[in-house]
Amino acid sequence: MYMQQKYFIRLTTLMGMLLLQMSILRAQTDEDAIMMTKKNFCLGGTYMHSSWDHYWEGTFKRNNQNIGTMSTQMIGLMGTYGVSKKFNVIFNVPYVWTHVTRGTLHDQHGVQDLTVWLKWLALEQNVGGGVLSLYAMGGGSIPLTNYIADYLPLAIGLQSKTLSGRLMVDYQLGKFFATLSGSYTWRDNIKIDRPSYYTTELHNTNEVDMPDMTLFNFRTGYRSERWILEAVATKMTTIGGFDIRKNDMPFPSNKMNATMVGAHFKYNFSKPEGLSLTGGGSYTVAGRNVGQSTNFDIGIFYILDFSPKKKKK
Amino acid sequence: MRSKILIPVLVTCLAMAACNKDVSNSTANLPALNPADQDLNAGSWKTILLSRPDSFAVAAPAATNSTGYAADILELKGYQRNMTGAQAAAVKYWSAGAVLRWNEIMRELVAKYNLPPYQLPDGTYPIPSAANPFAYPLFPFANPPYAARAYGYVGAAQYDALVACWYYKKLYNRPAPYKVDSTIKTFVPKTTLPSYPSEAAVLAGVTAEMMKLLFPGEIGAIQQRLQEAELAAIMSGAATRSDITAGEALGRQVAQMFITRARGDNAGKAVGTPTDWNNLVTNTEAKNQVPWLSLETPSRPPMLPLFGRVKCFLFDSATMVSLRPGPPPSTGSDEMRSDVSEVYAKVKNPTRDQMKIVQFWADGVGTYTPPGHWNAIAAEDFIKKNWSEVRWARNFALLNCAEMDAGVVCWDIKYFYFNPRPSQINGDIKTLTGVPNFPSYVSGHSMFSGAAAAILGHIVPERASAYMAMAQEAANSRFIGGIHYKVDCEVGLTVGQNVGNYAVQRATHDGAE
Repeated sequence: MYMQQKYFIRLTTLMGMLLLQMSILRAQTDEDAIMMTKKNFCLGGTYMHSSWDHYWEGTFKRNNQNIGTMSTQMIGLMGTYGVSKKFNVIFNVPYVWTHVTRGTLHDQHGVQDLTVWLKWLALEQNVGGGVLSLYAMGGGSIPLTNYIADYLPLAIGLQSKTLSGRLMVDYQLGKFFATLSGSYTWRDNIKIDRPSYYTTELHNTNEVDMPDMTLFNFRTGYRSERWILEAVATKMTTIGGFDIRKNDMPFPSNKMNATMVGAHFKYNFSKPEGLSLTGGGSYTVAGRNVGQSTNFDIGIFYILDFSPKKKKK
Repeated sequence: MRSKILIPVLVTCLAMAACNKDVSNSTANLPALNPADQDLNAGSWKTILLSRPDSFAVAAPAATNSTGYAADILELKGYQRNMTGAQAAAVKYWSAGAVLRWNEIMRELVAKYNLPPYQLPDGTYPIPSAANPFAYPLFPFANPPYAARAYGYVGAAQYDALVACWYYKKLYNRPAPYKVDSTIKTFVPKTTLPSYPSEAAVLAGVTAEMMKLLFPGEIGAIQQRLQEAELAAIMSGAATRSDITAGEALGRQVAQMFITRARGDNAGKAVGTPTDWNNLVTNTEAKNQVPWLSLETPSRPPMLPLFGRVKCFLFDSATMVSLRPGPPPSTGSDEMRSDVSEVYAKVKNPTRDQMKIVQFWADGVGTYTPPGHWNAIAAEDFIKKNWSEVRWARNFALLNCAEMDAGVVCWDIKYFYFNPRPSQINGDIKTLTGVPNFPSYVSGHSMFSGAAAAILGHIVPERASAYMAMAQEAANSRFIGGIHYKVDCEVGLTVGQNVGNYAVQRATHDGAE
């Protein structure tokens, strides 16, 4: 079975999704059906670039010459550890830079949130000549620094602690596969620097109720020991939240929705063994209270084998 | 194996889902206002616009043993019998104090309407029209000067209306319903305050009428709040229908005086014309100074350039001009260059604490503006005082009028000097909040804060030094945010205090101290 091939363990690929600021930074989110083998640790670094010059103010699509082009760059340190071949732990820590080309607003940069996922291969079974597998995942994120959230679109993140649950189904037939996952993310309230704010009414408090979110991800393509080549579609929906009013500033608890499509690859080198390269791009085809971002990412990963077994040739 | 992993994950998720995410407003659950002193002589306090407390006649009420009054009591009891949960919540909400609640409602309306209009396809900007408040751009654009004036008028009108109310309360001395009929339930503390005319209705009437002028697109919502407030007063056991009717009528009449004044106070002309806007540039150039330019794209006309001609509440126009400080450093001077460098150095690599201070005081687009922020700061301290409604109104009138007049004086100074922002002189200066679309010298935040700290320090003396420290931080926030030169903030704070001192003078002579 693909999953059991010891030397083709791979890191969950990057989801090249950076909706940031008026955008949600989704770091490595492991929306793929791949597991690390026991006591193997895959460590890597990724670079992402995301930019937009149009955004949706509610449902109204516009540009803003006082922003020009908004760009977000991220370097992420990420890793996956195989506790067992059916249970992996994944983490990601990003450093983020934001910048606008017009207007007077100040850039931001800094360490954002630590994200950890627990990934469990719950079921794996031959079905109709292929392999069907089912994954259950739980994750969470926590801000690592006290960066400013109430400074959109330039804030590097939203400061909310989150917990997520995800179910994922994968079917592989020969070298072709399809993976579908759905996630629900609970977001904790945040505290902002000012004592009141207006959403659809005035709130006389510095605490902000952050609406929860769902995420659906579908990916399909070619998957061999050497290559993964896939098309990816993502739909992110905020459950609740409110629209940016005409010519108002964005706010952390806005209803941020986005539909993105893109493509992604992963290449596993035969020499040195354990080294892999990933990359991809995506484009926001529909959105609400987010930028219409174009995103690129590239990453490099290496697998360290801590298993006590004899060294492989 | 499976359950070992899954259960903790599920449990955590459920725990998170179950935890209460409700965010409540800081004044949501206040106890009922229970004044230590009813200020029964407030009918003699000095009014702002009314020439006499009885300028508007209020007919003597029916006797409490009359059949009319008996019908009032029956109605009240009927309401109390059939009170819904929502109505009980409204009674509790309004019992915290109607002056407080109406000021909160004002702040909400300001925040709601504080949005600059979006440009037209040709790159010009539409101007909101009071004659057509429902069409985009909604009227008003409740920017800081507009908001300052709105708070000022509502505060002043509420005060005069309550002075008149207290005058008649003492004159007619009609006891509260619960004093007449002991079977009436009370949902507010029992007091000795006469109930005719109802202070809740006076406030509802005067405020609703003022808000119709200031936020005409909200007529429906405001009328609902008025009815809710009046019904709450009846249901609480504190007022009868006749107390309410007389009160609302009195309130609306007092408001008319203020509305007449507002229509002639020059605010309606404050937007100016393209000729006015051009003159500002050429007059400044004639003085060999770099004129202010809008930093927005497309270029937006300056915000309310003629607002400095609005009639103040606390002093006449000659005094206003005398409050104008000397000029800022010449735009060609070394001093100016060094001031620009100072801003750049401060904001180049901001600290998180610096950003926090800037954000706390930013009060920009979509907020209740700096005068609203000081209104909120004041409310928090006033709540602890257990003042009568008339004293609440008096103290808010002093604050709100000081803020309005500070706004007028500030706008006079801004457009007299028409001084460029730091980011106009040096495009590398990136700010920690939006740059407002009006000239730099002097800082509006500093003026509003100086004026507020001066009058609040008089009203709540034990907090005087705290208010001044806050005002200094607010003023400084504009410098460390890259919005202003230091001199804008320092001079603004001083001139603001000078304006505030006129409110202090008034306070010492209005008969309330």
